[in-house]
Amino acid sequence: MAKWNLIIDVAKCEGCYNCFLACKDEHVDNDFLPYSAAQPKHGSHWINILTRERGQFPTVDVANLPVPCMHCDNAPCIKKAGNDAIYKTGDGIVIIDPLKAGGQKEIVNSCPYGAISWNEEKNVAQKCTLCAHLLADGWKEPRCVQACPTGAMRFVKVEDTRVKQMIAEENLEVLHPEYKTGPRVYYKNLYRYLKCFIGGDVAFKKDGAVDCAEGATVALFKNSQKISEVITDNYGDYKFDNLEENSGRYTLEIAFKDYEGKTIEVDLAAGKSVGTILFE
Amino acid sequence: MGFSNIRFSIQLFAFSLYLKLAAAIHPSFKARLKEKDLIVQVKVLDNSVGRYYIFRHGKVTSKSGIHPKPDVCMGFSDAALGCRLLVPWRDQQEQTDSMKQFRLTLSGPDELTYWFMETISLMLNAGIKWGTDMGSGVKRYVNNSNAGSMFVYVKDGRIIRITPIEFDKSDAPSFTIEARGKKFTPPRKSTLSPYGFSLKSTVYSPDRILYPMKRVDFDPQGERNCENRGTSGYERISWDEALDIVANEIKRVKREYGPGSILSSTPSHHTWGNVGYYLSTHRRFMNAIGTTQVVANPDSWEGWFWGATHHWGNSMRQGGAEGYGTVEDALKDCEMMVFWSSDPESNPGSYAAFESTVRRQWLQELGVKMVHINPYYDPTAALMGGKWLAPRPDTGNAMALAIAYVWITEGLYDKEYIASRTTGFEKWRDYILGKEDNILKTPEWQENETGVPAKDVRALAREWGTKKTYLGAGGGGNQLGGACRCATGLEWARSMVCLMAMQGIGKPGINMGNMAVGTPMDTRFYFPGYAEGGISGDIDGTASAIYLYQRMPHLPSVNTVQQRVPRLNIPEAILEGHAEGYPNNTKIIEGQFFKFSYPAPGNSVIKMYYKYGGSYIATMNETNRFVKAYRTPKLEFVVNQAIWMEGETKFADIILPACTNFERWDIGETCNAGGYIIHNFNKLNHRVITLQHKCIEPLGESKSDYQIFLELSKRLGLSSYFSEGSTELDWCKRMYEASDLPTVISWKKLLKKGYYIVPPPKEELKSPCAYRWFAEGRKKDIPEPFPLPADYTEEYLSGLQTQSGKIEFECSSLKRFDPDDPERPLISKYIPSWEGPHTTELYKKYPLQLLTPHPRFTFHTHNDGKDSIINDVKEHRVLIDGYYYWIVKLNTKDAEKRGIRPDDLVKVFNDRGAVICAAHITERLPQGTAQSPCSSAIYDPIGEPGNSIDRAGTINVLTSSRPIIKKSHSTASNSCLVQIEKWKEQ
Repeated sequence: MAKWNLIIDVAKCEGCYNCFLACKDEHVDNDFLPYSAAQPKHGSHWINILTRERGQFPTVDVANLPVPCMHCDNAPCIKKAGNDAIYKTGDGIVIIDPLKAGGQKEIVNSCPYGAISWNEEKNVAQKCTLCAHLLADGWKEPRCVQACPTGAMRFVKVEDTRVKQMIAEENLEVLHPEYKTGPRVYYKNLYRYLKCFIGGDVAFKKDGAVDCAEGATVALFKNSQKISEVITDNYGDYKFDNLEENSGRYTLEIAFKDYEGKTIEVDLAAGKSVGTILFE
Repeated sequence: MGFSNIRFSIQLFAFSLYLKLAAAIHPSFKARLKEKDLIVQVKVLDNSVGRYYIFRHGKVTSKSGIHPKPDVCMGFSDAALGCRLLVPWRDQQEQTDSMKQFRLTLSGPDELTYWFMETISLMLNAGIKWGTDMGSGVKRYVNNSNAGSMFVYVKDGRIIRITPIEFDKSDAPSFTIEARGKKFTPPRKSTLSPYGFSLKSTVYSPDRILYPMKRVDFDPQGERNCENRGTSGYERISWDEALDIVANEIKRVKREYGPGSILSSTPSHHTWGNVGYYLSTHRRFMNAIGTTQVVANPDSWEGWFWGATHHWGNSMRQGGAEGYGTVEDALKDCEMMVFWSSDPESNPGSYAAFESTVRRQWLQELGVKMVHINPYYDPTAALMGGKWLAPRPDTGNAMALAIAYVWITEGLYDKEYIASRTTGFEKWRDYILGKEDNILKTPEWQENETGVPAKDVRALAREWGTKKTYLGAGGGGNQLGGACRCATGLEWARSMVCLMAMQGIGKPGINMGNMAVGTPMDTRFYFPGYAEGGISGDIDGTASAIYLYQRMPHLPSVNTVQQRVPRLNIPEAILEGHAEGYPNNTKIIEGQFFKFSYPAPGNSVIKMYYKYGGSYIATMNETNRFVKAYRTPKLEFVVNQAIWMEGETKFADIILPACTNFERWDIGETCNAGGYIIHNFNKLNHRVITLQHKCIEPLGESKSDYQIFLELSKRLGLSSYFSEGSTELDWCKRMYEASDLPTVISWKKLLKKGYYIVPPPKEELKSPCAYRWFAEGRKKDIPEPFPLPADYTEEYLSGLQTQSGKIEFECSSLKRFDPDDPERPLISKYIPSWEGPHTTELYKKYPLQLLTPHPRFTFHTHNDGKDSIINDVKEHRVLIDGYYYWIVKLNTKDAEKRGIRPDDLVKVFNDRGAVICAAHITERLPQGTAQSPCSSAIYDPIGEPGNSIDRAGTINVLTSSRPIIKKSHSTASNSCLVQIEKWKEQ
């Protein structure tokens, strides 16, 4: 049976908060029983935008990670809830029944993704429903997806076998696979948020003036093993991305024209800007 | 009795039948008839034919003849005219002409005359249908805003959601551009800015003003206690009391002080729609009472207007570049795009939401290189990627000159273009090569100013000089915001023009733009934009005279008060009784040279302030000046007509509650600014014209602005003149009829559906690319009606607006005006900022350069505060100890030095004031730079207003009121030295 899946491309998310605000527009002051009770106006984040800067001035980039409920196939919240208060619809959506779930505060902490919040006023745990009430009305996508101006979010209803293909074709990942909860929210380019880079620029001095070293070869080594090699652009810039945080020592070998090669050791904690490597 | 007389008497009889019929069919109309008892006479002025209608206890009876004492009398000069005008299909032109010539008269108390006119309107409109039934008691309406066009879902009289408009199959197709073997078509929906999604929460905000209010210690007959404005509270009063006070004050100050004594000002944008707009309804009323005019500075254009204009004209574009066809041109031929102080993902140049985002993604898909020059690593840079260069604020022109230096010394510019299309290049070249001041404007020289390594600037210049490059300068790509609003903003904008001249602007792939402007829209389909003045009839003060005044017959209006006050100096005008400024006259290049003074000859100083909405306290520099100006007895009366209790509202004596555009009728096209930014809809992917449905009833006792002005008009005997007997819906229909819409969609259908998409033009009818005509030496062939004919030096349509008709590196207009002005030399030069690292003493005390850009999450003050959901956006405000604090961003090392950690409360201050903010610590800014957008809707001084620390984020408390150059009326809001320290509650 075809089920809903949400695919989020981190490289396309610009942190405009349209998804977050459309969610609030939809759910604040509106009860949509039996799917959801109204969301509190403030404090709740049914889709939470996490922002991460990487690197150091001026070698930086920024990624935004929208985190809604993952609509897990193996959802811990379903197990935690008593009274069958949380259930999975036939098309893959996890719903907290706003009536049955009343008073069950322990549901909030059952979610390893922190996607469930407590509505004090209504005495109920709440989270994203993928706008199940709208889908039931014939909508093709939830409000967040409709509001996204960059196409960073896609909402697809397909068989799970097709999802597997898409994962392979598009290099999709889930957030925290180690939780083993079987999320139906997939991410593309997740490394932009989770991993880090080593970057910088190469320059050379000639006739007293410093210029960008275009075409320098920069090779990255880990434990004497060459991992990658890039050629600098016209600003002398290079970047090795998708590296693990706190992954220890790396070696950069830089070669430029006839100059004597340089070797630089980098201890990688978070994103690292090496700064300018100057050939004189 | 002639034929006309007989026919007229039959029509008069039929009229009573129509009234009865409408009452029988429509319960709402039946109820209407119960509102008043009165006798209305309709007749030929010579009493030859007449019938009077007796409205009593909800019933209408009528009798032929002349009543001795009717309450209302409508007279026609002759029966034939009566026959023609007393039908629903009357010719509006004849109706208007008859009013102007007193061939149609209406007498009686205003309250009753308007009631009668409105009753006719309601009779004709009874039973109209609008909106789409969505089932389950939900109706979907259409509306429009600064944030884009939208569907509005309503259930049980309450808005439940606001979404972008998803176009359906019956709507016109979208454009397709073919470029480099690919086809590009935009998504089939409108886009909304983030704040567009906050509108429901602002409609139902607890800060809505729901009934008229009076300051508790204000007594118009006794003690006014003006110095307590901003601190004393309010009490609820009736509409009658409020309107009486305001109408009496209007009469009193005019009687006691004469012309000029009333000032009225508006925020520079308001709720959307051609009828309710500030340039429309507000202007119509204010012209009818006569008010001191507020001259706006070109606040989003400054450097372009006061600087760039002199190099290439474009005065009506406030000095910005032409903006046609550049999207297609860039897709086809551009190899690199340089975004310079250009962050369209935060602000694409007003009202255009995220329409252009997909277009930049197309460029990305085509592998077009991107460079971002901005002290802040902005959302556009973060999304698009590419090289980021971060000059210190206020120093960009040094980089521009260094780029020119590389081009000159390495021969990387278009010499043929320089020779044939420009003048004065040698002068600028010599300056750059140091022949004038012995300073070579090398990349190394600029490094001292900008902090950007010389090697990077050299690399950029070399790539730019060899690739077909688009320069996106400012948010719109061809103007707006950012670096043009700082102390060096004129020189920066001037250099942008000069750089483009050196690269041959107009040649394929070489132009100004960032994809925000220049889509293939049909510019021939007419629908009025807001600068055309809507219903104002203001033929002097708006662009009404060009199209709309002829196309929508209506009575003209003229402001009889010639006195003008420069907006940025309203406080000085009020407090010191004197102000000077330069006008924002865009008709000609020289329009900006005509200095004016306040007070004007024979005029009174300002005694009464009719404020329309908030936002000066927040968006105007050195804001505390405005606070102080309110708290003076020199200003005897302040009324604020406002939707929300914003920072500025609470300085009024009387507050009149206005409603939002979801609670009244209007009609408007997304992004259509009219002559202000002509064809501004070519920022969109689809031209969306909306009949803005009245979605819900006005909240509480609030009323539409039109209704409020109408009620005041009644007290001033002006209601027939003000309204012409039209309701807001009638005006919408008149606006519809004035446009090209009747040729493509019926009124009934538009009313029901709520929008119309103008189809894109056929391939052959697309506008040519900007400046292509100029580059190729042809006559101007883009569809903008300026320069004015006399402003061409050679043949009409040949050349630019400048004296030479060419791009002038050395400006002839400045040579004629003031050749020795050290602040605005004849060529663009590097003049260090008057508030920056070179102002040594000040810089020691306040070592951080604060940028205060246009905000991303609120349009002016409209969407901020108000308990809006926008407050929960973590990039906008931060909740600390129960209070939503405004954000200031600063560099990690600057924060470390000061012991500031993320989300610490900090005091941002200088000699002008202090603001408490929450700190965001970032590597997206160089050291020595801080960033905090302007536009807090809340002003919350912790002590005496105007003299204490603000904790709500009114960041403009800190910016200087000094104009960029003396001979201008401008703001340098991005030139602001501050210190930041951890805030310790005293």
